[in-house]
Amino acid sequence: MSTSTSLPGPVQAGAPLLDPQGGLPGSPADRRRRANRTPDASGHPLTRTTRYKLGNVLVTIILSLGAIVMLGPLLWTFSTSLKTHDAIFALPPQWIPDPVVWENYLRVWSAGPLLSGIRNSLIVAGTVTVVGSITSSVAAFAFAKMRMPFKNAVFLMLLAGLMIPFPTIMIPQFMVFAEIGWVDTLLPLIVPGLFGNIIMIFFLKQYLENVPDSIIEAAKLDGASYLQIFFRLIFPAIRPAMAAQFILWFMAVWNDYLAPIIYLNTPEKQTLQLVIASFNAQYASQTDYPLIMAASFIALLPVLIVFIIFQRQIIESVALTGGKG
Amino acid sequence: MSTEVLRTKPRRSRLHRREHQVALAFIAIPLIGFLLFTLYPLLYSVYASFTSWNGLAAPKFNGFDNYIKMWNDPYFLKSMWNTLFLMIGIPIGLVLSMALALGLNRRMRGITFFRTVYYIPVISSIAAIAIMWQWAYNGDFGLINQVLDLVGIQGPNWLADKDTVKPALIIMATWKGLGYSMLLYLAALQSVPRYLYEAAALDGAGTWQQFRNITLPMVRPVTFFLVVTSIIGGSQIFIEINIMTPLGGPEFSSASIVWYIWRQAFNNLHMGYASAMSIVLGLIIFIVTVIQFRLNRRNQFSID
Repeated sequence: MSTSTSLPGPVQAGAPLLDPQGGLPGSPADRRRRANRTPDASGHPLTRTTRYKLGNVLVTIILSLGAIVMLGPLLWTFSTSLKTHDAIFALPPQWIPDPVVWENYLRVWSAGPLLSGIRNSLIVAGTVTVVGSITSSVAAFAFAKMRMPFKNAVFLMLLAGLMIPFPTIMIPQFMVFAEIGWVDTLLPLIVPGLFGNIIMIFFLKQYLENVPDSIIEAAKLDGASYLQIFFRLIFPAIRPAMAAQFILWFMAVWNDYLAPIIYLNTPEKQTLQLVIASFNAQYASQTDYPLIMAASFIALLPVLIVFIIFQRQIIESVALTGGKG
Repeated sequence: MSTEVLRTKPRRSRLHRREHQVALAFIAIPLIGFLLFTLYPLLYSVYASFTSWNGLAAPKFNGFDNYIKMWNDPYFLKSMWNTLFLMIGIPIGLVLSMALALGLNRRMRGITFFRTVYYIPVISSIAAIAIMWQWAYNGDFGLINQVLDLVGIQGPNWLADKDTVKPALIIMATWKGLGYSMLLYLAALQSVPRYLYEAAALDGAGTWQQFRNITLPMVRPVTFFLVVTSIIGGSQIFIEINIMTPLGGPEFSSASIVWYIWRQAFNNLHMGYASAMSIVLGLIIFIVTVIQFRLNRRNQFSID
């Protein structure tokens, strides 16, 4: 019981207790003194720990209600995806489908280019994040640990670029890619990402500030080249930070929508997010909601699984850096 | 002695030059990416905003025509207003996420579970979320109205009514973003030193006073970060609109500015006009960010 140090064990109201902060036995006089110290407690029949525990119960109830609100739409989606066409219009609504129709999850693969959508999304997100992470980390190494004139000016310029919203640059970008015949291919989604990601560079640079310069100097004296230093010393050191940034970036590219919708027209060339959006447009008129929900749920699943597996790293990284990817 | 100095000096500068070259090579890739895919398109956007351009023929210079046209375009003004209106969700989300973070900052069981649950909408694809919520907002058979029906309220057809489509989008966006702000607030709360509260309690400060005078100022950097990023993100709202109300909603009441730019550029091929609007959007984001940074600097706060 690790909590026993911060929380005293079960306390009956009125019984002497140990103040969790001060550790003083609660004689009546002591309790009166404490009551004077915290005016809102005066005249309250319950001790402070009991009130804290009651507070916990109350907070748990509120958070549980909130959790139902957070999960409700997702569970409703899953429930809808397992219903027959008639069951979705049943009144009162069925929370648990009757009968449960798993066929929707078979039907969905032939109802639209879902498989090619997954493949395309994997190609885009995979290539961008693998290559982009390498270019970003090499650049972060140079920004953090190497000498170069105007280094900080270049870094600030790249950072300032973050303020430029994608809609402001998407039209000329589209025209350039149209000129070289890349529209309706995955290349406009992949190529810009290969050049790295300033958010990742920023966080890796921060992370590298903690790596002592002396080990790099020592390696230099031993005659190691900069690439050797990067792969032997720097890369292993920044791997944890990179992993978290990599996952966040992968999820961001996987979930991207505006750039794909501009560039991709042919259904078989679209990424998963576009495929489910066209499922939505196509099958809503036939009110085939079970099919739409099955496709949407399949689109959610990979990221959901990655999140559940790496949730500790993801949450820590986000809390630490604020980076969403 | 002097020869020694003469010998090492050129050697060191040669080493430095070598280091500069390698560093430049390492930095070159993101730098080239920035110049090609951000700076060049930005400058071209500025240029295109002063032209009449359909994307097929070469752009024709037409001065400030696009910018003048904007002020008389009711759709532009409406979509700007809609985008601004949708940002009502930002303060609501901040207050709710702060309350959640305070709840999760207690010593109790189930914290990790709740943290994970509240974070799931954040990582979920916005396209899938928008599709789900579109179904949930269905007037007759959607989840929202079914739940409202349980308490005897006849819900509206949310996305088809010009008065409810914006609240519907705000509720959804708040639901999706809550976990993110909550997580950042929670991390900030956990780094507030305990002795501040203990000292305040000794001085007789109540819970509300402690919250007002210690907690809020200590998490101000996070609030600042969230406000800035939420405004930047909120001004670019597009995916939800595109999926849930493909035609801009009843009476154009859910069309956002990015949605309108996208439609003008890629459906109507008014590339010059769309570029001008995108420049206005970029400028607004820039100005709002600069103002935020100014305000933040003036309100610098520290507890000694």
